[in-house]
Amino acid sequence: MAMFEGYESTGPAYDEMFDGDGVRAPYARLRQSLQTLTTPELVSRVEALQASYLDQGVTFDIGGEERAFPLDILPRVIEQDTWSRLDAGVQQRVKALEMFLADVYDAGQVFDDGVIPRRVITTSSHYHRAAANVRPPNGVRVHVSGIDLIRDNQGEFRVLEDNVRVPSGVSYVMTNRRAITSALPETTAAHRIRPVAAYPQRLLAALRAAAPAGVIDPTVVVLTPGVYNGAYFEHALLARTMGVELVEGRDLECRRGRVMMRTTQGLAPVHVIYRRVDDEFLDPVHFRADSMLGCPGMIDAARAGNVVLANAVGNGVADDKLVYTYLPDIIRYYLSEEPVINNVDTWRVGDAEAREEVLDRLDELVLKPVDGSGGKGIVIGPRATRAELDELRAKILQSPRDWIAQPVVQLSTVPTFVDGELGPRHVDLRPFAVNDGNRVWVLPGGLTRVALAQGELIVNSSRGGGSKDTWVLAGPPVWPTPSDDEPQPEHEVEVETPEPPAPPPVATRPETPGPAITALTSTHEQAEQQQQEGGARC
Amino acid sequence: MLSRIAESMFWIGRYVERAEDTARILDVQTSLLLEDATLDVDETCHGLLSIMGVEETPDDVDIDFVLQTLAYDPASPVSIAAAIAAARESARRARETLSVPMWEVINTAHRDIVSGTFARRRTPHVFQWVRERAALINGTADATMTRDEGWQFLMLGRCIERADMTSRLVATASVTSGTTDQWTSTLRACGGYEAFLRTYRGLSTERAAAEFLLLDRLFPRSVVFSLNRAEQCLDNLEVSGQRAGIHNDAQRLIGRTRAELEYRSLSDVVADLPTEMERLQRTCALATEAVTKRFFAGAESLAWHGTGGA
Repeated sequence: MAMFEGYESTGPAYDEMFDGDGVRAPYARLRQSLQTLTTPELVSRVEALQASYLDQGVTFDIGGEERAFPLDILPRVIEQDTWSRLDAGVQQRVKALEMFLADVYDAGQVFDDGVIPRRVITTSSHYHRAAANVRPPNGVRVHVSGIDLIRDNQGEFRVLEDNVRVPSGVSYVMTNRRAITSALPETTAAHRIRPVAAYPQRLLAALRAAAPAGVIDPTVVVLTPGVYNGAYFEHALLARTMGVELVEGRDLECRRGRVMMRTTQGLAPVHVIYRRVDDEFLDPVHFRADSMLGCPGMIDAARAGNVVLANAVGNGVADDKLVYTYLPDIIRYYLSEEPVINNVDTWRVGDAEAREEVLDRLDELVLKPVDGSGGKGIVIGPRATRAELDELRAKILQSPRDWIAQPVVQLSTVPTFVDGELGPRHVDLRPFAVNDGNRVWVLPGGLTRVALAQGELIVNSSRGGGSKDTWVLAGPPVWPTPSDDEPQPEHEVEVETPEPPAPPPVATRPETPGPAITALTSTHEQAEQQQQEGGARC
Repeated sequence: MLSRIAESMFWIGRYVERAEDTARILDVQTSLLLEDATLDVDETCHGLLSIMGVEETPDDVDIDFVLQTLAYDPASPVSIAAAIAAARESARRARETLSVPMWEVINTAHRDIVSGTFARRRTPHVFQWVRERAALINGTADATMTRDEGWQFLMLGRCIERADMTSRLVATASVTSGTTDQWTSTLRACGGYEAFLRTYRGLSTERAAAEFLLLDRLFPRSVVFSLNRAEQCLDNLEVSGQRAGIHNDAQRLIGRTRAELEYRSLSDVVADLPTEMERLQRTCALATEAVTKRFFAGAESLAWHGTGGA
């Protein structure tokens, strides 16, 4: 049986590969190069792929348990023209967000001009006074961002949400590419794919450019919550590929308004901290007093201009889901341009008029808490029970400011190999942008997350989602030359699921146990904090 | 280099060596029990467990219990499985400083344990597997790591652990001695039997064997050789260039013990081997403490007492 025979897309969602029976242009080459592959051959490649991820330790943690990151073998393809539009749209968005943040933490012109009410910002739990009037040396607050995009039923890309705090997932973009290149060498060779491996160098350049004034050769570090954090793999990979130190809060110390790290040769100064710790945990002096992940005095050091935090503290006001609803106006206000990529239609439940309509139609809409992430707290109306809807109604009436509503958007589907067969699965896309102060650079590709369960719309990996390698093609679309159809042998197959990793063993030797063994024997509060409530954010 | 990373490197060295040497010790003891019907199983097992630091043991122990405790059971702190898991955990914490091949060999060894493959391996093949994995890890480190501080800490950990474990191996041999077979297998376990025969021209006595394992300056698993290497690592780490004395406590401890071993008469040392070996193990523990204090203490966190701002 040929590879894609029997594949049926499920309407009304837009299928990115097939338009009815015909294959869409970007995927023509992919289909041709895979046509000759038999299912058993594909299964053996999938197994090799999974084994390689386990051996390399490409993992993420859920609730402290390490799992291999699920990667689907079939890549997602995006054409050059489509991509250049996305590229422009993401750049525009990041520029507007930068200007908005600079304004919010300074004069607040945008409020006075009536673009967005001031209370939207001041009621946001991510608005931090500690960040007011801090001017970053090169003007950049959003050094790294991830803009989540989806494709609606017409195939048009729309922005689902912005992430300008600590977006994660970029490491998987790089490891996925390497893994798929070795799993499907022929297919990769048949395409001209834009490379993604340059990301760490871009990021390092942007971080160095953000250094405090007067520091010529800055010391850059990556700050991780620790090994129990869901994205620890990513933190280690970024530090390794940038050639910088990966530090935990306890490695840092503040002395006279400067941040130092403890080395075997004593204290050494730190100038730029690419922090992957949430605002609330960064500095117990200003935020959560019980935080064990940050370093006391770090915020003051940043205010004094001796150290730069990337991304800046207080960025959360810009990716608040309520601010999201104002973003088209914000883009028009600062850039005098129309948004290149539109938002998903959204009601602000805080507005009285909208609230009535939303409450009437609760069972057809998607309700999202404004400061949730990782798919937490989302209620999909058509799938909720009566009781869930009643509970939701009560919550909305209690604090309408905390909710937005959107129509159910069927995310687009891409063929995905699950349980031994190809089926349509819903996907989104998170392109990553790096701002070095001169230009916003968008990594060609980004993380495609795929919901592995049939019909499932939530793609977050903390909710059982996987990922796909995302190919941005260089050059115009090329229709392949038709080849002879060869008869293919028929096979039935089963895919073995890998055994989940066992929990780490508990151990200590009487005399000199060593730190790792002690850590294995007990779960600390620190381990829980390191997961930072939200868990894996990608 | 960050103190925390240095500490991880030190412990990777120790845990990998610990796994390997535990396998070597078990290999000797299990085959002896099989071959020599005159040995009292219960007594041998108890002796072995106590030398490996297991304090509380049930009255009745058999070889299966020993194998579970010292090899297979990941929940037992002295098992090979636990040592490999701990090496991997340390490696995960220092992952950005390890070379990719180095990380992968440690991680794949650990994969074998969590997937259950390790538990299904029978003796004595399981011991060979452990030796081979350790050789692979050490070889990869040797071939891919730069000789920077991280390397020195890795070697330091390995050497201290090796001195400690060789002393335990010697102690097990002397506990069940009475036969020269015991010493022969101990030397075999170290892979040094042929070297020993060549050095002593076939004159194999217990005394000669103990001398070889403790004092030989050229055999890489001997106590003196390991202590010498550890001293060198510490010397490389302290680049003070001072002219008089030794200021590093760990170096002083190790150097003194090494000198005592070398300069005392052999009869003196072998008179009460178990006690001597215990002293040696104590030195290793104290040296570890001193290294921790000198190089890793910076990794201890400051606690913030007070209330948060916002």
